[in-house]
Amino acid sequence: MSEHIIELQDVTKYFDDNLVIDHVSFYVKKGEFITFLGPSGCGKTTTLRMIAGFDLPTSGKILLNGKDISLLPPNKRPVNTVFQRYALFPHLNVFDNIAFGLRMKKVVNTYRNQKGEEYSRTEKLSKAEISAKVKKALALVDLEGFEKRAISTLSGGQQQRVAIARAIVNEPEILLLDEPLGALDLKMRKEMQIELKEIHRRLGITFIYVTHDQEEALTMSDTIVVMADGVVQQIGTPTDIYNEPANTFVADFIGESNIFNGTVVGARKVKFCGKTFDCVDDFELNEPVDVVVRPEDIVMCEPEKGALKGTVISVVFKGIHYEITALVGKYELVIQSTESRNVGDLIGMNVGANEIHLMKRKYTSNVFDGVITKRNTVEFADGEFECDVTQLYPGSHVDEEDYLVTASGEKIDLTGVEVSVEIGLNDVSISDDETAGGTTGHIISIIYKGDHYRLIVRTDGEEEEDFVFATDDLWNENDYVSVVIPKDKIKLTLKQTEDKKR
Amino acid sequence: MTRPRFSRKALGIPYAVFLLFFVIVPMLVIVFYAFTDKQNHLSGMNFIKFFSDPTKLSTIAYSLVIALITTAVCLVVAYPVALILARSKMKKKNVILMLFVTPMWINFVLRVNAIRELLNWIGILGEANYFNTILGMVYDFLPFMILPLYTTLLKIDESLYEASADLGGNAFTTFSRVTVPLSMPGIMSGVTMVFLPSMTNYVVSDMLGNSKVTIIGKFIETYFGSDWHMGSMIALILLVVVFLSTMLSGGFKEDENVRGTNL
Repeated sequence: MSEHIIELQDVTKYFDDNLVIDHVSFYVKKGEFITFLGPSGCGKTTTLRMIAGFDLPTSGKILLNGKDISLLPPNKRPVNTVFQRYALFPHLNVFDNIAFGLRMKKVVNTYRNQKGEEYSRTEKLSKAEISAKVKKALALVDLEGFEKRAISTLSGGQQQRVAIARAIVNEPEILLLDEPLGALDLKMRKEMQIELKEIHRRLGITFIYVTHDQEEALTMSDTIVVMADGVVQQIGTPTDIYNEPANTFVADFIGESNIFNGTVVGARKVKFCGKTFDCVDDFELNEPVDVVVRPEDIVMCEPEKGALKGTVISVVFKGIHYEITALVGKYELVIQSTESRNVGDLIGMNVGANEIHLMKRKYTSNVFDGVITKRNTVEFADGEFECDVTQLYPGSHVDEEDYLVTASGEKIDLTGVEVSVEIGLNDVSISDDETAGGTTGHIISIIYKGDHYRLIVRTDGEEEEDFVFATDDLWNENDYVSVVIPKDKIKLTLKQTEDKKR
Repeated sequence: MTRPRFSRKALGIPYAVFLLFFVIVPMLVIVFYAFTDKQNHLSGMNFIKFFSDPTKLSTIAYSLVIALITTAVCLVVAYPVALILARSKMKKKNVILMLFVTPMWINFVLRVNAIRELLNWIGILGEANYFNTILGMVYDFLPFMILPLYTTLLKIDESLYEASADLGGNAFTTFSRVTVPLSMPGIMSGVTMVFLPSMTNYVVSDMLGNSKVTIIGKFIETYFGSDWHMGSMIALILLVVVFLSTMLSGGFKEDENVRGTNL
């Protein structure tokens, strides 16, 4: 139990009515360098702030060494934070900034009186002790001799180091770092990554690091927690996360990926891009799956020797490798290779069975809860759509007064009837014209699947429903769109057998 | 080089003229009167007379005390208000701030009269002259304390409070080691804006102190009825006091800027 220095148990956090952390549970091992990784707004910073004590969980527990600290104020927690924009005190010099925490710290000192009896007193640290500790911390971050400097005279990188020194000088059990390198330029960032790793090694305390930079996470961490939409997507070592992504989100977010729709066609055989490949993952026959292939795992060869045959449509030099895009039938594949090809070349491509990652397809259709309105339309996902209500009762029709007449001639008023609405992945389209569709929302995710994009549109109303669908058109994340669904593609089923009759 | 070179500087001419006739010349006239006697001979008598007259010295000391108390009360009342407003996430906080500041837009004499009527109604007008004077001054000058405090407190980065708590600071230490030092520019400008006028604003002391409370401003007014030379000397001494205190607070502000309050 003591191995788990921090444990989150079913933690949920709302800001007003916004769900930002959705039943998150995980633990942090003592001494490890753990990174919360995810796009902005995924809840990683909120999770960190709850561990620091700046935000309190709405429900669930945060345990420190097995003790519940969920509601403890930040000044009572043995953790220290390196803030995103450093948050150094502008009215204090470097020394006073670093000594800030030490001056408030009380320690128990043991003395011996003249009779030789031991007694202890709770005292503040002496000036000499503080001075020595500050000096040591400054040495650790390579800022010897900066004691008297004003904060405003320091460069961004130096302020960063002061912020780290100010936190670690208190000898916390856990150091929290909230995107600490975000404000630095690339070269400085790389240097600091290595230095932070070194500081972690020297101190041996637990580091919890927040970043949206996947490369930074892969470089520094012992463990990565990938988050999206307030939910933990995957927890694992950098190698695990990179090589065995748990879902298409992780695959797409960490590194470059080719993601295809595939179907399992036999024991360890998967069909995608029109060809059947051997793979190592076991899935049920005919199960639709997402297939992830890393660009560096596609090996180019002579056209006739490859499992796939395609034409090069673009070549980009990236320094260490070339990024080659090839068109295979209607699918686009991205390949990373140290060898170059010319645009228009015919190439063959092979992928080893080990490099084909299959994951269960999360979305095969959209299902919503809806209600039939007076006008025989259906309301769901913050909008109203025209639909064919006669599908609820075989052989029925709608009369002039908008009543449904069943095959047996019974009149039914459908107003307020709850239904389940199902829409296929290929039956949704979106439009720039706000009034074109039944509801509006923003595009929150775009994943390229080789020959099409898979989009997720989240509605803006209070229901915040997600529409998942495929499209050939390229949109931008955060585009404001309206969702269009043809009348005959809305599949309705009754939720309850009890109908309002008349 | 066909553009007229004087174009920008010329814009300053009206103000320079104003400055000359309404500030510099009158100031010189005051200096002239202060150091001459009734026969317009050069004399330092007024200066000696002022500092050897216990009534005059006690009046100036008295004005200082009243101004100090007024400033202290304003600071104590205004700081919590400004802090709560600056740190609250209320959407309507500008409205509340307005409520504190709107009295500034109502005619000053009208406001003092209103307070006078109120005190009369309660029945302490003429009974508690010092209390009434200070009450009137606090009421008058409170907005001048709230506004600068509010604007500096608003500028303090929220994460600094969090940093203090993170480093082990409780509410009190965070306040004394972070909030107060960082709001020092606001405190200084609020103090200057309240302290100086409350030394000289004799309308309040006249109307609410039942003319029993004499502050230095009243003194100057009285002398300008009979002895312009003495009146000028007192005005000049006050000017020096004002100048010195402005220097003091102004110097402080500059220091704050050097240390990067505007970070």
